[in-house]
Amino acid sequence: MPASLPRILMALALLWPLASQAGDANDFVAANPAKQAKLLESWAAQPDPARQPLLDALQQGRVAADSSKTAFIEEAGNFSAAEGEAEPASPPKKLRLNNRLRGLLQTAQASHQLLASEASVRLAAAQQLQKSAKPAQLELLNARVASEQDAAVRDALALALANLQLVDPDPAVRLQAVRLLGETGEPLARTRLEALLDGDSETDAGVRTAAETSLAQVKRRLLVGELLGQAFSGLSLGSILLLAALGLAITFGLLGVINMAHGEMLMLGAYTTYMVQLGFQRLAPEYLALYPLAALPVAFFVTAAIGMALERTVIRHLYGRPLETLLATWGISLILIQLVRVIFGAQNVEVANPEWLSGGLQVLPNLVLPYSRIIIIGFALFVVALTWLLLNKTRLGLNVRAVTQNRNMAACCGVPTGRVDMLAFGLGSGIAGLGGVALSQIGNVGPDLGQSYIIDSFLVVVLGGVGQLAGSVLAAFGLGIANKLLEPQIGAVLGKILILALIILFIQKRPQGLFALKGRVID
Amino acid sequence: MNQPMTITLAQKAGPRLSLAVGGLVLAILLALPLLHLLPADSALHVSAYTLTLVGKILCYAIVALALDLVWGYAGLLSLGHGLFFALGGYAMGMYLMRQSAGDGLPAFMSFLAWNELPWYWYGTSSFLWAMCLVVLVPGLLALVFGYFAFRSRIKGVYFSIITQALTFAGMLLFFRNETGFGGNNGFTNFRTILGFDITAQGTRAVLFLCTVALLTGSLYLGFRLARSKFGRVLTALRDAENRLMFCGYDPRGYKLFIWVLSAVLCGLAGALYVPQVGIINPSEMSPTNSIEAAVWVALGGRGTLIGPLLGAGLVNGMKSWFTVAFPEYWLFALGALFIVVTLYLPKGVIGLLRKEKEQ
Repeated sequence: MPASLPRILMALALLWPLASQAGDANDFVAANPAKQAKLLESWAAQPDPARQPLLDALQQGRVAADSSKTAFIEEAGNFSAAEGEAEPASPPKKLRLNNRLRGLLQTAQASHQLLASEASVRLAAAQQLQKSAKPAQLELLNARVASEQDAAVRDALALALANLQLVDPDPAVRLQAVRLLGETGEPLARTRLEALLDGDSETDAGVRTAAETSLAQVKRRLLVGELLGQAFSGLSLGSILLLAALGLAITFGLLGVINMAHGEMLMLGAYTTYMVQLGFQRLAPEYLALYPLAALPVAFFVTAAIGMALERTVIRHLYGRPLETLLATWGISLILIQLVRVIFGAQNVEVANPEWLSGGLQVLPNLVLPYSRIIIIGFALFVVALTWLLLNKTRLGLNVRAVTQNRNMAACCGVPTGRVDMLAFGLGSGIAGLGGVALSQIGNVGPDLGQSYIIDSFLVVVLGGVGQLAGSVLAAFGLGIANKLLEPQIGAVLGKILILALIILFIQKRPQGLFALKGRVID
Repeated sequence: MNQPMTITLAQKAGPRLSLAVGGLVLAILLALPLLHLLPADSALHVSAYTLTLVGKILCYAIVALALDLVWGYAGLLSLGHGLFFALGGYAMGMYLMRQSAGDGLPAFMSFLAWNELPWYWYGTSSFLWAMCLVVLVPGLLALVFGYFAFRSRIKGVYFSIITQALTFAGMLLFFRNETGFGGNNGFTNFRTILGFDITAQGTRAVLFLCTVALLTGSLYLGFRLARSKFGRVLTALRDAENRLMFCGYDPRGYKLFIWVLSAVLCGLAGALYVPQVGIINPSEMSPTNSIEAAVWVALGGRGTLIGPLLGAGLVNGMKSWFTVAFPEYWLFALGALFIVVTLYLPKGVIGLLRKEKEQ
């Protein structure tokens, strides 16, 4: 009788606690999943500070049980009895929780943390309870709202309470709760309020109208958050496009050639970051958090050196034949991609964010700005400023601008155009390398990384015009924001196509891009 | 005189030899499908694999020829010819899908739980209308795009990159299931064409002959165009557009005509490619494919009509050999080819053959 076997085991499991010492930990370990869920729910309704270590251990997966169903907690490889003194009767086996139990555990943790002394922990717990509180916790929440000192935590608790009160039998309480929910910008509040609009679930007409007004308020707040979020991701995309396109704009303006291997410079920059990270892990693990900063100069010099080598060996021989340069550099990009694939494998490599680049800034309930993206926007602007200084305040910059405007005249005045070409090419590639470091922090690093950027960055150059940094900056952010604003309306693909069509129409009006150098040269 | 013997011989022999070689190649191409019809145990039998491979390469050769017309003669390097090729292929594929679906919906639509055909599928069960689409879709797209591009005098690398963006956008569009062209699986599992079994020997032979005919036809057209006044204006346009305009010519019409013609040729090549290869999917539109076509032309020699055909044959022959023998190194070889051809063979293989004669 296979079906009866689990039952016997279950009965045995229920009997075991009688034999061993009774206590929360041993109860929990001995119980079957259904009973464990009940236990967690009851703990959530009646928190007890003494239970906190057990919950922490459960959350971290450190609770184990031996064959006599006595609970042990693992501490750095050693098992000690959770309650009383006991030696494991057999090697303890770790307890595994299913998803439902893990959810309940979180709720129970949150109710326990409401008793914590730090306000920030209490706030986080209250926010967790807004999502997952169960009716059994109503009393607890009521008590906590009354006794909570910190205003922010109290507000959060009141919201969690309001969520529960939506099903209160008393219409007045429900009305109160609905009004309170109208004050938030929580995405969950919307679904909860929407459920109330239905006449079957909500009988009181007053509550229904209140729900409608509250819903409208919540929706407005959510819309603001969404729009701000789109604008931010547009800025973020724009900053990435800018990092990718800036070097391209310089070399295109100077030499009139498109470097199709420019995307691969981004890729090489990202792989350099990976190598630097590996080096830090091996040699100086204590400074690992700083590796992106160390990767910046390394990536710049590596890609700049590769760029200069390419200019010397291939591109130099193709001046005056821009279309051939395009094909030759495409060949270079194929070789570089395949080279990276052979050396590092076709899979993405893992570049981890250091602590200070992960996480985000919670601005609104539905708007989190990741630190990595904020820093990249700042970094892109920093690179632009640096490039501007280089082009406008140094001898090299003067030469680059002179050659961009009129190569022959510059050569006549003694500008070493060959050297300028090489250095400018190195500069453009180096900037792409810096972009690669930035990209490695927000996306996957694989051999195909650069391929997806070459078309977009050229569109930036087409739109912005050559020879002026301002054009590239404006075009990059414009394209980024336009992309992200169109995306939710008509989808990413149609958005891209629409933008391409708009660019083609735009060139009808201004073939030289947004900002053009003035000149009278004609072939 | 340090060149290989064969090259020197070819240079000495001049046009008569070229004609003879051309005639021989044509004769072989015409014989291939007939040999395919021989019984399988015959010594001269040509396998379906070989016939399909050569047929595929011939389709690519038509693309190379079409690209050469715009790049070699008018100086417009298009990196988006794969789009026109794939559009022609898709138009043919629509007809083939309708054939294999019978009265019902194509299989991929049933998976998407669609109940009726989208409007643009209307009439695709008719072969004639499908053929019209093969010509009209790439042609109209090229006309609209070309009109705007040439009006604002986009040329050089700008033109190249915009065409690349165009084919990239097309690829993204066709990758979507909602577009109604089978998403990233594209069209496959064709059964019949005009009622004939598509895998039958006879059908394969006829399709192959059609490809040879189209190739010869476009080659003839190309020769006539190149020798005409029109061809000379195009060459002038490529070399000095401004001077041509000062002479009173309006380059837009010339560019637009050759551009649309080239797109239509690509569409036709695509339409012949699909039934022979048996599949069409959006990866045909990937920018990589289109730029590879440019190296066929560059390797063979642009501005000549035979060169691109030679280039397409050489590169694709190499590709089929490499991807079997050393799959790891094919991209290295292709990349090196791009660099070597642009650095050392500005006039391609044909230029090498003709070098001595011009001196």
